Amino acid sequence: MGELLVQNKDIVIPGEKLATGMDFLPSNGSFRSNEDVLAQQLGIVNITGRSIRIVPLTGKYIPKEGDNVIGAIADMSFNNWYVDVGSAYQAMLFVSSVPEYIEKNADLSQYYNFKDIIYAVISKVTRSKVIELSMKGLGYRKLFGGKMITVMPSRVPRIIGKQGSMITMIKELTGCKIIVGQNGRIWIYGDIEGEKAATEAIMMVEQKSYKEGLTDEIKNFLESRRKIE
Amino acid sequence: MTFNEKYILNLIEKEQRTDGRTLMDYRKIKIETGISKNAEGSAKVTIGDTEVIVGVKLDLGEPFPDTPDEGTIIVNAELLPLSSQEFEAGPPGTEATELARIIDRGIRESKAIDFKKLALIPGEKIWMVFIDIYTINHAGNLIDASALAAAAALQVARFPKVENNKVVYGEFTNKLLPSTKLPVTCTVSKIRNKFIVDQTLEEEGSASARLSVALIDGKIHAMQKGLLGPLTPEEVEQMIDIAIEKERELRKHLK
Amino acid sequence: MKKENKETKYEKRFDGRNFDQLRPIEAKIGIIKNADGSASFKMGDTYAIASVFGPRDLRPRFLQNPQKGTLRCTYDMLSFSVTERKRPGPNRRSVEVSLVTGWALAPVICLDEYPNTVIDVYIEVIQANAGTRCAGICAAALALASAGILMKDLVSAVSVGKIGDKIVLDLIKEEEDFDPATDIPIAFTPRTGELTLLQLDGSISKDELKKAIELAKKGCQTIYDLQKKTLKEHFSKMELENDIQ
Repeated sequence: MGELLVQNKDIVIPGEKLATGMDFLPSNGSFRSNEDVLAQQLGIVNITGRSIRIVPLTGKYIPKEGDNVIGAIADMSFNNWYVDVGSAYQAMLFVSSVPEYIEKNADLSQYYNFKDIIYAVISKVTRSKVIELSMKGLGYRKLFGGKMITVMPSRVPRIIGKQGSMITMIKELTGCKIIVGQNGRIWIYGDIEGEKAATEAIMMVEQKSYKEGLTDEIKNFLESRRKIE
Repeated sequence: MTFNEKYILNLIEKEQRTDGRTLMDYRKIKIETGISKNAEGSAKVTIGDTEVIVGVKLDLGEPFPDTPDEGTIIVNAELLPLSSQEFEAGPPGTEATELARIIDRGIRESKAIDFKKLALIPGEKIWMVFIDIYTINHAGNLIDASALAAAAALQVARFPKVENNKVVYGEFTNKLLPSTKLPVTCTVSKIRNKFIVDQTLEEEGSASARLSVALIDGKIHAMQKGLLGPLTPEEVEQMIDIAIEKERELRKHLK
Repeated sequence: MKKENKETKYEKRFDGRNFDQLRPIEAKIGIIKNADGSASFKMGDTYAIASVFGPRDLRPRFLQNPQKGTLRCTYDMLSFSVTERKRPGPNRRSVEVSLVTGWALAPVICLDEYPNTVIDVYIEVIQANAGTRCAGICAAALALASAGILMKDLVSAVSVGKIGDKIVLDLIKEEEDFDPATDIPIAFTPRTGELTLLQLDGSISKDELKKAIELAKKGCQTIYDLQKKTLKEHFSKMELENDIQ
């Protein structure tokens, strides 16, 4: 029993009724109240089977285990660094979680110093939402040079694209190295024109993420930029 | 906000900026007056994403004993916590106090407002001109935005109604607050060995020094050097020249 | 012995509205770029803006609550928002309004989802003609939603009162200053119809109060419709505007 009151891609506000009855199940961004499913966040409806979830349109990064993130060293203690990943919660990187072998009582700033930018993975999120990072694994490292831009975390999937199709295309057409963090931080490294074009392309995807035919539009934009040079 | 520091510095060395401007460009400037009905005069200024509003309130008070036939201006500034991640609720700190005093000096020293014209009853009742500055969105260069907003608000300020030598709050006359040309302020920042105007918030973080100059037709009425880095006399002269050059362009926005 | 009951009549509203009519209302989203969420709300000549920052780190540490997030509300009025200049800075009134505003908004915010953090809500009144705390609450609810904060509902607020012998909706300053006047700011959670703000000063009977609350509920429904419309249009407009580029 139950009735679906919205459809895919509808914009809903907190408190709005999405469905009546126990047939439908609340997922991320929605909750059950009495026998109804309601929206808990401003966002776009996404229905899979009986599960209704809300894809947020705005909001800060909510850390999840397994997310690849880009952060900056904010502080350090005797056996860990504190990393700013754009979340309200502390992110900690312990000496035991970096690829280098570090002796006891070593000077941590020799390895990762204040304001250094790193690419890491969230290995754990504790109950009190303290984030633990790890840099053990392929690709995780300190990032030198280039520029960092910030986009809304909710748009990251679109910027990456299906199986990385969007971001791979942007990399190819601009000749830049690009790393996208799930926390909305994106590192871009290339020549000045390439970095500019990549930045603009990514900003375009961020703003138009729900549009159809976006991949082609970005492709055309970048190709015409290349012709100008 | 400091991730991009290296990137900003590299660009500036090449005489470029993150938003495509040249070193000497101001962002888009918009001025709107009359934004708050209960003020005797008010204005909102946006320079790029920076937004500041200023309100002018006039009230009667007693003169200072040493200037019995003069009114006065009282400038107050608040860096509202709603305008930036960095600001906390609380009384005006050093940054807000500096801002208020810089704006005050420009107006006071230029004598754009003749205090002698603000005496209702010399020796007894004078006009106090309150100029209150509030930041609404801080994206750099609050000084220049505040100076423009204060000037624009003063230009449209009119006297409230007076009955029995007391202000009738909420009722206004058509008589404008008398003022001559008001000062325009241009802030020049030094980053590495280059000078820029209209610094963004990120650029403020990378600047070693700044010089704010309040000008009326090329004449200097107030100056403030800020931040930790020193300036040579030659650099100061260069920065003043830049400010004098920019005055004309900025003044166009004031009617 | 029955007390003589001769009430001052309030025949026609100062601004010509019907007794159950709201002033023109207007809402805007995203007016302060630095904020995580922001909005403005106008009720006639009363104009308030609100900014939301959060969830963010809460300092000093000992204030952190490991069970749930903290909501911190600050309401203030610009010095020139009123006819007689208000000295800048908080006064006793704004301290109290900050407190009740926080209480008005907290019930709908899923603070459990944000342990150890703070959600800061800042409200500034740009122009005042009564009903400022209500306009502030309406703006704050919009700002919170547009910041992506998890909420069970919005909050809508309006003032009602008894002016002379009439129960009226959405008071203006002249009505507040009338003799006699009872001023009742109220906030509702639109979905469940629960009260989260209720204050009163004046002189009113229980039955009259009931009528006033009913009237406020209707007024809040109209306000909620605008809040909902504004949020949806703002975000779908964002998608559209960029399409046309």
